[in-house]
Amino acid sequence: MGQEAHVSSVFEQIGGAKAMDAAVDLFYRRVLTDDRISHFFEGVDMERQSAKQKAFLTMVCGGPNSYTGADMRKGHAHLVQRGLNDLHFDAVAEHLGGTLEELGVARPLIEQVLQAAESMRADVLNR
Amino acid sequence: MSRIRYEAQWYPLEPEESVLDGLLRQGIPVPHACKAGVCQSCLMRAASGVVPEKAQMGLKETLKARNYFLACSCRPEPGTELELAGGAEELQVPARLESMELLGEDVLRVRLRQEAPFEYRAGQYLTLLRADGLARSYSVASLPDEGTLELHVRLLPGGAMSGWLRTEARPGQAVRLQGPAGECFYVPGRPEQPLLLAGAGTGLAPLYGIVREALAAGHTAPIWLFHGAREPRGLYLVEALRELASRHPNLHYRPSVLEGRLGEGVAVGPLDALIRAECPRPVGWRAFLCGNPELVVSLRKKLFLAGLSLKDIHADAFLPSTRPPEGLGATARASDASR
Repeated sequence: MGQEAHVSSVFEQIGGAKAMDAAVDLFYRRVLTDDRISHFFEGVDMERQSAKQKAFLTMVCGGPNSYTGADMRKGHAHLVQRGLNDLHFDAVAEHLGGTLEELGVARPLIEQVLQAAESMRADVLNR
Repeated sequence: MSRIRYEAQWYPLEPEESVLDGLLRQGIPVPHACKAGVCQSCLMRAASGVVPEKAQMGLKETLKARNYFLACSCRPEPGTELELAGGAEELQVPARLESMELLGEDVLRVRLRQEAPFEYRAGQYLTLLRADGLARSYSVASLPDEGTLELHVRLLPGGAMSGWLRTEARPGQAVRLQGPAGECFYVPGRPEQPLLLAGAGTGLAPLYGIVREALAAGHTAPIWLFHGAREPRGLYLVEALRELASRHPNLHYRPSVLEGRLGEGVAVGPLDALIRAECPRPVGWRAFLCGNPELVVSLRKKLFLAGLSLKDIHADAFLPSTRPPEGLGATARASDASR
């Protein structure tokens, strides 16, 4: 691929939608096996949850999505009621970084993604 | 210009316009959310016409095979005509009961002959309708080229349909079929990918179709078939499956029971433990899970954590019939061989 005139998103650089398919399995598996946060995922429909996580990964990687801060607030309000806090957010961010690392994504790109995720902290935690 | 047919009317699309945008622009309400090919809210099915590959990105193979696509990322080639099919347009097909035969103490094999074309994939389920409208869903255990349809009906005390089939129904009687539905079926391809089939009770029905379909398609990789029952009398088709396995060295048939003494070739213990012992590392495999929802949900999670990709896990949870059907739409969505 030649030099792009524009700065492409992390999403494009790591391989677009196909890379998201690979990432979502790894990410979801990490989250489900982490005792700090797995209880938030008990009893949820795995396929629907996996689709949501793919949308989330697509978004933080700068891919096409239509999520807004308001969606994030609404989507997590019931979890905040159940005690979702900074520690849980940190755990998810940790798995996000770990997943991208596992996929061989370069560190500077991972940092970009983690920054994008960090920018959602207040909305996710309904603050 | 390309155009799409939706509910008996043609709608033109602007150049580069997606099916979703085109329908919304012309006042047709279509469920949608992300408009980015991610959330899958705008899933539609094409009855005819070529669906662009991009419009099926991220969909399960089983959905792709049935021409499902995402309306938001479907930009048909100029000049394309695409006809959309809705779930509501599923046809009912007349059929006749051909035979009823006990396979075990509480499992009835029901064979039916369709009187109009009824296309299905082995492992899908259909709704069986009695003349008076009583409707129940059952998984199909036969293969499409077998001519007759085979269902495994679990006999339940007080079961309206199962009781009727066991005691009153006679060969030759007219019934109707609706469907098929369900995504738990074998798609030819990747014959080197190991398959893991697991089901409990009459959850064997779809697996009985799927395993024979895969063997007929020349699947070369190991195929593991786990059938669990509470007690030995809940197992059925044991001899037929042993015979099938003896003819196909790559088929490993493992009947098991929760309670009972170790018998000839029948394992004792919970299904998930037996699967873990025999298939400890199923990374990259394809799985088919059928039975009660608790079992299916639990096995799905365990297999996912053991390394299977969610896309490769096809599951069909049988829902019990707890009340009379309120409408055909409501019953057709639940696969149930247990009532």
